[in-house]
Amino acid sequence: MSQRNNQKKPILEVRDLRVYYETPKGDVLAVDGIDFDLYEGETLGLVGESGSGKSTAAMGILQLTVPPGRIAGGQVLLEGQSLLGLSEEQLREFRWVKLALIPQGAMNSLNPTMRVSDQIKDVIIAHEGKTAQKELKERILELLSTVGLPGRVYDLYPHELSGGMKQRACIAMAIALNPTVIVADEATSALDVVVQRVVAQTMLKVKEKLGVSMIMIGHDMGLMAQMVDRIAVMYAGKIVEIAPVRDMFNDPKHPYSRLLIDSVPSLKERKALKITEGITHDPRNPPPGCIFQLRCPFVMDVCRKDAPPMQEVKPGQLVACHLYKANEDGSFINVRDVVGNT
Amino acid sequence: MSEMLLEIRNASKIYKQRSVDGGSRDVVALQDFNLSIPKSPASIITIAGESGSGKTTLAQLVLGFTRLTSGQIIFDGQDISSADAHQIKDYRRQVQAVFQDPFGVYNPFYRVEHVFSTVISNFKLANNQASRRALMEKALNIVGLHGDDVLRKYPHQLSGGQRQRIMMARAYMISPKLIVADEPVSMVDASLRASILDVMIRLKEEIGISFLYITHDLSTAYQIGDQIYILYQGTIAEKGNTINVIDKPRHPYVQLLVDSVPVPDPDIKWVGEINLPSDEEMRTSVNSGCRFYPRCPSRMERCLAAQPPLYKIDEIDHQASCYLYDENEVAAILNPKS
Repeated sequence: MSQRNNQKKPILEVRDLRVYYETPKGDVLAVDGIDFDLYEGETLGLVGESGSGKSTAAMGILQLTVPPGRIAGGQVLLEGQSLLGLSEEQLREFRWVKLALIPQGAMNSLNPTMRVSDQIKDVIIAHEGKTAQKELKERILELLSTVGLPGRVYDLYPHELSGGMKQRACIAMAIALNPTVIVADEATSALDVVVQRVVAQTMLKVKEKLGVSMIMIGHDMGLMAQMVDRIAVMYAGKIVEIAPVRDMFNDPKHPYSRLLIDSVPSLKERKALKITEGITHDPRNPPPGCIFQLRCPFVMDVCRKDAPPMQEVKPGQLVACHLYKANEDGSFINVRDVVGNT
Repeated sequence: MSEMLLEIRNASKIYKQRSVDGGSRDVVALQDFNLSIPKSPASIITIAGESGSGKTTLAQLVLGFTRLTSGQIIFDGQDISSADAHQIKDYRRQVQAVFQDPFGVYNPFYRVEHVFSTVISNFKLANNQASRRALMEKALNIVGLHGDDVLRKYPHQLSGGQRQRIMMARAYMISPKLIVADEPVSMVDASLRASILDVMIRLKEEIGISFLYITHDLSTAYQIGDQIYILYQGTIAEKGNTINVIDKPRHPYVQLLVDSVPVPDPDIKWVGEINLPSDEEMRTSVNSGCRFYPRCPSRMERCLAAQPPLYKIDEIDHQASCYLYDENEVAAILNPKS
């Protein structure tokens, strides 16, 4: 939707990020080496089924991983500065100011004993120090109006707000310090359809206004189609494909992305249901080779031996799948399209 | 009468809400609701609506968890409020339930097998080990699972989709006529939902079990439902054949609802912007008149006077509770003088 021709400048670079959960029977490889860039002003959708590691990845990026989870490796660079290995004190400087979170079920993340305004004040004062009351109030009212909430919300407690209003209050808090990157973790999943649309529109407007970059985690492909510029598909701890949203919907390359797109129920036509099983392997002990081999309809011998590398099969569309082979001229073909292929 | 499996007549459910000052306030969860499900052919009837629309209240009423304030629920010719203990037991057998939370319904200490063996002993379905096992196997096969794979497992070792399918298998085992499925897929991954919906279709088509499918998700209803009832604050806003209603919604609320479902196509974006009225307005319960009045873009004076009845739209069973479809109203719009 927005500027396509801008100089692509990565704001956030994630390199080989690994987040593991310790269990008595060995580590669960929840996020097992993911790479992606988030560009300026862009919204990136992170999708996948439950257990694919999308929320774990977000927490890893925010350095909010808590035991038994741990960051087992990799790099997270925000505007070139590495976040990993920063002390808790240094991280505080980053959180809210540069990196804000709209949590899953934001309705339960507000403090029930504090007025909405006091909670937003807390965020501002904690990071900017003492500020004149009058100025604070003006700023908070401005924030509330940015997210489409009436001024009277200023004096209300969270229980006096509806789910959608609470969610918007959380968005107001997330943008209070004008962050560079917002991570929205299933920010609208618990809302009614109509309210979800209102909150989603609020997020789009806020993004437009502030030019903030956003990572949107979710499983609703419909919502992704409406909101994001690019989509990264995760499966069992790995990113299997990243593509501009149109390419992902019109021509998904990875068999798992295809499955994900095909399983979106439509309101336009009734079609045969596509039945699949969930993640089938033990996440502590993934099979060698491709992570998707056990469910892949096109599995080949090579998939059981070697993990497929990420290849850019179309400008901006990266996929980790052995089905795609590079020609000499740099273009890619699907090996299944080649006649006589053994 | 016996043509109908389930008939709900003028059902109302009013909860008393006590307020801090000692007084009490009526919360109308369901008002003058009518529904009928024929004995055959089996069908999937969707009850859709947002939170607070009364859809779960309806499920609880049909399952007998709570009693009607007024009205009747008639199952197979028998009013369940006046049924004796024997009839109630039979009713509980004929009407089974599958709930929303596939994690909460299992006792984590027992293996999956326990779910089935409890049912088998309660309803005395089998008298020896071999036939018990055969029953389990048959039920599991219907939902696409195998006893060897799941019976010895604990609930936490299964995916949400598998757990819901096992619940469907459990319900099937008792050979009910009706399954009340209250949001059976909303806590299951999008990619696994199809497996549950498929089981519902198969139980309907192959075994002849009808479903009361309660959901907030129009798109799954669109894929599998026969009839749909869309509720708004305890009243029917619109009902009819699922495809007709969703393709061409008539009630302003249903139009807004259908329009708000995000289209999974990046080239079809939401058009326009909607605003919700401030909270006070939404909470003001309209005691008389249309419940959607505070939010309705085409509200009229008369909408406040009385709750609009269900008006017929073109199809035989497509009806909308909105004065816009009153013939007199249509005439008045065409000819403002009268």
